[in-house]
Amino acid sequence: MDGLAHQIIAGIATGGIYASVALALVMIYQATHHINFAQGEMATLSTFIAWYLVTEGVPYWLAFFATIGISFVIGALIERILLRPVQNAPPLTHVGVFIGLLLIIGNATGWIFGYTTKVFPTPFVSDRPLMGGLVSAHELGTTAVTLVVLMLIFVFFRYTKLGLGMRAAAYNPRSARLVGINVGMMLALGWGLAAAVGAIAGMMVAPVVFLDPTMMLGILLYAFAGALLGGIDNPGGAVLGGFAVGVLENLAGAYVVGTELKLTVALIIIISVLLVRPAGLFGRVVLSRV
Amino acid sequence: MNTTRRSLLLGAGAGAATLALPNLAPAQEAPGVTANEIRIGSTNALSGPVSSYSVISRSHEALFKRLNEQGGVGGKRVNFIVYDDGYQPPRTLEQTRRLVEQDRVAFCFNQLGTPTNSAIHRYMNQRKVPHLFLATGADKWANPREFPWTIGFQPSYRVEAQIYARYILDQKPNAKIGLLYQNDDFGKDYLNGVRDVLGARFDAMVKTATNEATDPTIDSQIVQLQGTGADVLICGIVPRHAAQAIRRVHDMGWRPMFFMTNVSISASVVMTPAGPEKGVGVITSDFRKDQSDPAWANDAGMNEWRGFMRQYLPEGDQNDNNYTYAYAAGLTMIQVLRNCGTDFTRENVMKQATSLAPLELPTLLPGIRVQSQPTNYNVGRQMQLQRWNGRSWERFGNIIEGASV
Repeated sequence: MDGLAHQIIAGIATGGIYASVALALVMIYQATHHINFAQGEMATLSTFIAWYLVTEGVPYWLAFFATIGISFVIGALIERILLRPVQNAPPLTHVGVFIGLLLIIGNATGWIFGYTTKVFPTPFVSDRPLMGGLVSAHELGTTAVTLVVLMLIFVFFRYTKLGLGMRAAAYNPRSARLVGINVGMMLALGWGLAAAVGAIAGMMVAPVVFLDPTMMLGILLYAFAGALLGGIDNPGGAVLGGFAVGVLENLAGAYVVGTELKLTVALIIIISVLLVRPAGLFGRVVLSRV
Repeated sequence: MNTTRRSLLLGAGAGAATLALPNLAPAQEAPGVTANEIRIGSTNALSGPVSSYSVISRSHEALFKRLNEQGGVGGKRVNFIVYDDGYQPPRTLEQTRRLVEQDRVAFCFNQLGTPTNSAIHRYMNQRKVPHLFLATGADKWANPREFPWTIGFQPSYRVEAQIYARYILDQKPNAKIGLLYQNDDFGKDYLNGVRDVLGARFDAMVKTATNEATDPTIDSQIVQLQGTGADVLICGIVPRHAAQAIRRVHDMGWRPMFFMTNVSISASVVMTPAGPEKGVGVITSDFRKDQSDPAWANDAGMNEWRGFMRQYLPEGDQNDNNYTYAYAAGLTMIQVLRNCGTDFTRENVMKQATSLAPLELPTLLPGIRVQSQPTNYNVGRQMQLQRWNGRSWERFGNIIEGASV
């Protein structure tokens, strides 16, 4: 019984990581209606920027917010320079660009910062292990940060004019433009915000899994499963989905399929959600009349 | 015999290929050997993510340069050719074919990497080109029955696991062992090594868990193994996961006898990220003299190596243990060439490489001897255990030899 409780607690701790990355995926989807395959690599690059700032002596929180700002600019620039030219191209072109971005950013990060594992600092420290050493103060802090970001995103999309405009631009660019929304600006903003949320996720994840250029590779898959499970257009759902995937993965690995098939559990979640309930558990089913 | 269309075509093709082969072989005693030169080939990651290993080839170039300056071997100079494969198996195959078919090297030496060497394993054996002293710790290179032309160098992961299991049986005969290994060739060598030593007792004594290289964390596996009541933990995992495991085991208050693969013990990459104080007591193994160990500050062998570095590789970082590794592998190669006398045919090179009398090397721990027999291709098969004291690794106990299997 002890083992079960431990697996659940460890699962919630890992789930917090998935939840923060899932949130970044929701952000980009809300803002552009695309899934950006390079989201993980962009977040890793941002984390390296933060790491560089911190090792250069910048205080943690200053580096934290500076990184968010820098990432916002990088994200918006990527949209302006790389995606604007293919704006009206078919989806396959976008997929191509995303995969290209993934390779370029991933390798550039390794080239600039090297491939060795690095320690990333955490602002959340405690003197003694919490809950039998299964949860670190950092993991609790991560969950708090994730919830704060979730609140901000929710408020932004629900109650601000900018958020509404962004959703409109993503959902129906033509009508949005007709009612006077600057669609191009919205898309660039959306990319910037998604990169910023990704940067937060990266900085929260890195102290747990250690920083290297491939840090996000595995996480992104689980985060994607979490986002789909909760609903890719629902920030709250995606966070819950992230936690659920963390726990499910551990329980299935420990008691059902064995550790060898843990990764498969995430893939099965993705496929089952897409087959049974494509909008996710908390997603809204959108009907469009054509 | 059943003659099919396919077998006929194959036969015809092979016949045509034989006829079409121009008679390029110059008048010489053996491939890659001329009146005053032996050509030796190698591949390494001179670029890309693991290019830090490229210093191994730089060291070999310098060592062969020294050999040539001292008059060469068997009256011949060594011409060492290295190509970059970027650690990508398809490129390893391409560059190795270039070495064998265009440059016509006598043999290949100390090529880097497990996936890369796997890509040319069959090719080298079909062509009967000696594939010597590979720079990888996989155990599959010690398989003389199926792959007689391939031989490794350093103690394999499997030998390492055998050494841990022997130590465990010696210290804790009734141990309950938790084994965490990465679910691939690398990790499975640890499973095989422990099984080699425990034999029929394996199922009763060992509980296993696996992880994938892409797993974000391995917390769940650690929790699971602790839950089995294990008092010994052996980990065959990569550095990032190793740092996580050391930290998590410590934070949970679990105090098993803790063995960590010597792939993942770097002070800067694993122990410091995990928290140096959290890894106190972790056990691993080595076969080299560690430059940072004060015991070797005035060691004759290490001084010989330092002199070589100063003279031939003044730019090289003397703290990089790839150099001490390369020096040992290079000297082993030179010894094999000396043993060849003046007969550098591929058959004789292979014969000498696989019947090497025990040889102590300046950069390896005292008492460790590399050797080979036609039936045992584990060239390095001994190691000494070492324990993390919070600042550095401390050697303890005797040299232990892996079980022969």
